[in-house]
Amino acid sequence: MNDERPKPISVAILAMGGQGGGVLSDWLVKAGERAGFIAQSTSVPGVAQRTGATVYYLEFFPRAQAAQAGKAPVLALMPVPQDVDIVVAGELIEAGRAIVRGFVTPGRTAVITSDHRDYAISERMAMGDGRADAAHILRVVEQRAARFVCFDMDAAAQQCASAISAVLLGAIAGSGVLPVARNHFEDAIRGSGIAVEGNLRGFASGFDRASHGAAQIRPEPRATTPATPANAAAEKLIERIKAGFPEATWATLSEAVRRLVDYQDVPYAEEYLERVATILKVDESRRGEDPGYRLTETTARHLALWMTYEDAIRVADLKIRSRRIERVREEVRARPNQIVYVTEFMHPRVQEICDVLPAMLGRAIMDNRVPRAILGLFCRKGRRVTTNTVRGFLLLCAIAGLRRWRRYSLRYETEGGHIQSWLSTINTLAGSDYDLAVEVARCQQLVKGYGDTHTRGMSSFRRIMAALNRVRQLEEPAALIAELRQAALADERGEHLDQALSRVGGPRPVTGSKPGFQAA
Amino acid sequence: MAERSFKNEIEKLRLGEGDEFSGEGILAVTKALLQAGVAYIGGYQGSPISHLIDVFNDAQDLLGEMGIHFESSANEATAAAMLAASINYPLRGAVAWKSTVGTNVASDALANIASAGVRGGVLIIVGEDYGEGSSIMQERTHAFAMKSQMWLLDPRPNLQCITDMAENGFELSEASHTPVMMQMRVRACHVYGTFKAKSNRRPAFTVSDALDAPTRQLDRIILPPFNYEHEAEKVHARWPAAVQFIESRHLNEFIVGEADDIGIIVTGGLYNNLNRALELTGCADVFGNTRLPIYVMNVVYPVVDNEVIGFCRGKRAVLIVEEGQPDYLEQNINTILRRNDVQTRIAGKDVLSLSGEYTVRVIEKGVRAFLAAWAPQLSAEVGRSSPGADGGDAVAQQLADAIPVRPSGLCTGCPERPFFSAMKLLEREVGPLQASMDIGCHSFATLDPFNIGNTITGYGLGPASASALMIPHRKRALSVMGDGGFWHNGLTTGVGNAVENQHDGVIVIVDNGYSAATGGQWIPSSRAEAEQRRYRIPLADVVRAVGVRWVKQVRTYDIRRSLQALRQAMTTRTKGPKVIIADGECQLNRQRRIKPQIRARIDAGKRHVRERFGVDPETCTGDHSCIRLSGCPSLTIKDNPDPLRSDPVAHVVDSCVGCGVCGEVAHAAVLCPSFYRADILFNPTAWDRVLHQVRTRIITSLRRGFERPRARESGQSP
Repeated sequence: MNDERPKPISVAILAMGGQGGGVLSDWLVKAGERAGFIAQSTSVPGVAQRTGATVYYLEFFPRAQAAQAGKAPVLALMPVPQDVDIVVAGELIEAGRAIVRGFVTPGRTAVITSDHRDYAISERMAMGDGRADAAHILRVVEQRAARFVCFDMDAAAQQCASAISAVLLGAIAGSGVLPVARNHFEDAIRGSGIAVEGNLRGFASGFDRASHGAAQIRPEPRATTPATPANAAAEKLIERIKAGFPEATWATLSEAVRRLVDYQDVPYAEEYLERVATILKVDESRRGEDPGYRLTETTARHLALWMTYEDAIRVADLKIRSRRIERVREEVRARPNQIVYVTEFMHPRVQEICDVLPAMLGRAIMDNRVPRAILGLFCRKGRRVTTNTVRGFLLLCAIAGLRRWRRYSLRYETEGGHIQSWLSTINTLAGSDYDLAVEVARCQQLVKGYGDTHTRGMSSFRRIMAALNRVRQLEEPAALIAELRQAALADERGEHLDQALSRVGGPRPVTGSKPGFQAA
Repeated sequence: MAERSFKNEIEKLRLGEGDEFSGEGILAVTKALLQAGVAYIGGYQGSPISHLIDVFNDAQDLLGEMGIHFESSANEATAAAMLAASINYPLRGAVAWKSTVGTNVASDALANIASAGVRGGVLIIVGEDYGEGSSIMQERTHAFAMKSQMWLLDPRPNLQCITDMAENGFELSEASHTPVMMQMRVRACHVYGTFKAKSNRRPAFTVSDALDAPTRQLDRIILPPFNYEHEAEKVHARWPAAVQFIESRHLNEFIVGEADDIGIIVTGGLYNNLNRALELTGCADVFGNTRLPIYVMNVVYPVVDNEVIGFCRGKRAVLIVEEGQPDYLEQNINTILRRNDVQTRIAGKDVLSLSGEYTVRVIEKGVRAFLAAWAPQLSAEVGRSSPGADGGDAVAQQLADAIPVRPSGLCTGCPERPFFSAMKLLEREVGPLQASMDIGCHSFATLDPFNIGNTITGYGLGPASASALMIPHRKRALSVMGDGGFWHNGLTTGVGNAVENQHDGVIVIVDNGYSAATGGQWIPSSRAEAEQRRYRIPLADVVRAVGVRWVKQVRTYDIRRSLQALRQAMTTRTKGPKVIIADGECQLNRQRRIKPQIRARIDAGKRHVRERFGVDPETCTGDHSCIRLSGCPSLTIKDNPDPLRSDPVAHVVDSCVGCGVCGEVAHAAVLCPSFYRADILFNPTAWDRVLHQVRTRIITSLRRGFERPRARESGQSP
């Protein structure tokens, strides 16, 4: 093929519906025309407009060359794999998709992409962590791209109160991959007449980042996440941790005791450390197994989570803190002094109410039809509580104040029993099968959430624990438990778990009467 | 009409002789109709031709000035039937719709008009929704042209060519007394380009002129014996007239190339892709100069025998580039060559793919295979295709597994979402439901996270497609249709039919106030006011009027009520169809309308409360039940700030419109207490300020009182 022949510059924009890919291609067309190009753009928006992934495609051809030839160029209507000069993506996964579709040719194609994530529905709806491996995708894209401009354009757009498409346009302009002068791009934004000020700011921000030196722009590492704030009493305990526990566990234990003190009190945190110490003892006896104290660390992490189970007291306690209201204000971008009211959506069931009652009373209600039904009358509807009104605040304070009597509550008793048997299982297993003990510790991950979610998680946990003895007789029991745990997180109805359990010879799931309406 | 405004586009319609028009392909066609002196226009919206309907809807002034009648039709059958005005009168008429779905609906009327024949030129613009981005079954409009003897234009995707062909189309229609269809693929409808405009022309004969002097011709009525005569007329008079017109006007193009024993025949719409494919092989340049002669068929039906014979004679082989199946052109051209004893070998679907879009790489592959078979020397010269041209190498394929798909879904704040949440909650109670779905935004309920619905059959056909299933049963069958589908045909095919046959099932009508999926056009039940149209016709009244006894109207955002209504509909003893009208205005269009209003209010210093939702990351445990029940784009996830936890927490981004579904779902599903609603006050009144100040003071002191003992407690060291 003769490479001397005139060729159009081709640009593929991979966008999500509603991200402004159409506006971006309009700007590019206008800027290109001003700079002496014949420009063509096409797209297939259709239903993809609704959050789906879609591709806009543009070609630019110098008008002078066409005049010289006395003929108009014939421009293509779709991006051709291995024949694209510039790939623009408004989100990291979409840049990855450009590679999958063959639009990024090593040594030729420039990639301009935002590295922020806009999670796909499959990633969002997973019961655990279903996110794609962004770091891996980023690496592949960077390796492929002949020129790579990548930063968080979503954040930049928010900072400038502009559309992300304006930042992308700025990045295209600033990277110099399209031979069009800056003022032409800006004129295109002005010409569209919509949110011009903000979009020019966004453009400038994108331009500056992309034109910053000839070097490739890489994303910066993200800030680490904040932990529970320091607390004098907890800090004292942390000193004790450093004296009595191996260094590998310090980080987890420190975070844990802060959390436990915050959740209940210092004695509760001490109780926690005593429990961890028993596990540590076994771990030390199996020193050769894992120098990193994997068992202690894992158990400590999950024990802390379990001991700080989410009951109504905890929820109310967290809701009324001033720090929380500040965070909400920040999140909703309230201006200083702007009035913001925060309303909570709570729907406690009889169970949750009995949970915080004294164990005997709670159990009495749960076990008797009449009181349960009476209490049920008050639980049919969800409640809305506005936290920063006096009434709402007092109500939440009252619930949070029950913390003092938490140790006498029904839930405390129930959870305590579960925790104890879980810990002793770990303890027993650790002597014979270290890896299995670690996997059992990890199963606490299943017990989370509220209401039905908690019930479902607890039931999965118990079913796996019930299968433990059978699993121990099979090969690689640790891997099997991990598999069961994954299965429990695969679907809400527990179908995967049913299958996985039947594979290890577990009992058939308990099936109730066939669901359906009674014939009228 | 709709909430969007098309002022800029209308300006372009007013361009005069010699002005340069720049814009989208479908808008160029809109302009071409005015240049051709069209007297009436109709159509039904749908991607990719919605723009034509939308722009004309907004251009009533311009159309009025020119004496043109325009209406947005109830459906494609209405639009097609409208063309009957051209049977007796020299009226130029144009209609548009999405194809092949729209052509399916229109085909009864079309067949009759094609039989009677037309006096005034008739142009049917069909948006051929085929290939990438298509939302419908993959078929060709070509079949309709052949079966009813209508002519089919497929112009090169170049604005000048498209608009010229539109104008030629009217003349072709008049010369041959036959309706003419012009197909435009999705990308051609959306292609941005330029052409030299001409002045708009008032219709030479207007609709008023027709009514001034009504005429009738008995032989245009489709009754025996005329229907037999029409058939003969089609073959003996109209067809030859069309062929002669096409030939004499050079509607098809011959591009010369140096090779003299091989060539390519291509349908106009694929020409640009073919040229790029030839460029990639080195057989052409960007200006369309080619080494292989090309015959570009801007008219794909009827085929002009003389032109085909002239092009093929003397060539050893010719490649036909014709997208979709069956290979009508290939069959047709083979027959022509056999009948005329031309021995040229025809290649086509043997080297090109049998199905699917003819992308540049697909065509390139076909061209290479064709050259290898028929021009080995040239084939050797052009070499091999670039590596990875098929789309992916190993790295790309590996990456494909790591990249989640991004299907279309309901918008932020969509009113349909909470109703499907309610259906999902119902499924939790009673197990899987049998639900016959429809075309519209609600089609997305069949995908994640709702996964509701067993079939999609056609626009407005949700309830009709459940007909066999709506028998009395322990667990009744459900069907869903939108208000768009209801007015399109569902009123009769669905509701009317269910009443007459006493279907014992549930019909859900999603009433979002627009034909939303096609771009938010108004329909009879829209809550809109317009001068020349009538809206605000309540669906509930209509449904009752056709005989439904059990009708419940629910506000979709009230999930508890929706769930109750569903339960009742599934169990009531009332006979006949149970209709639930799920009422909630399309949020996309609502925002379009209220956003500027809110901005104006705030700027004017008036009090405004903005509601939006949020999630407390401390209480969220990362199970994402809420997302599985809602799927709102603004309800997403982020890193868990808790160092002890790894599962991401739910998170509401600022695009939240405060529709309330998050709170409703949390309540109805007894989910979790992590959701909060923030009411953000703009321009608070003095009372607001005082009240807030008092509240804040009291709460601050209460908080101090609450936290003091606690600080003491935690401070204690045993």
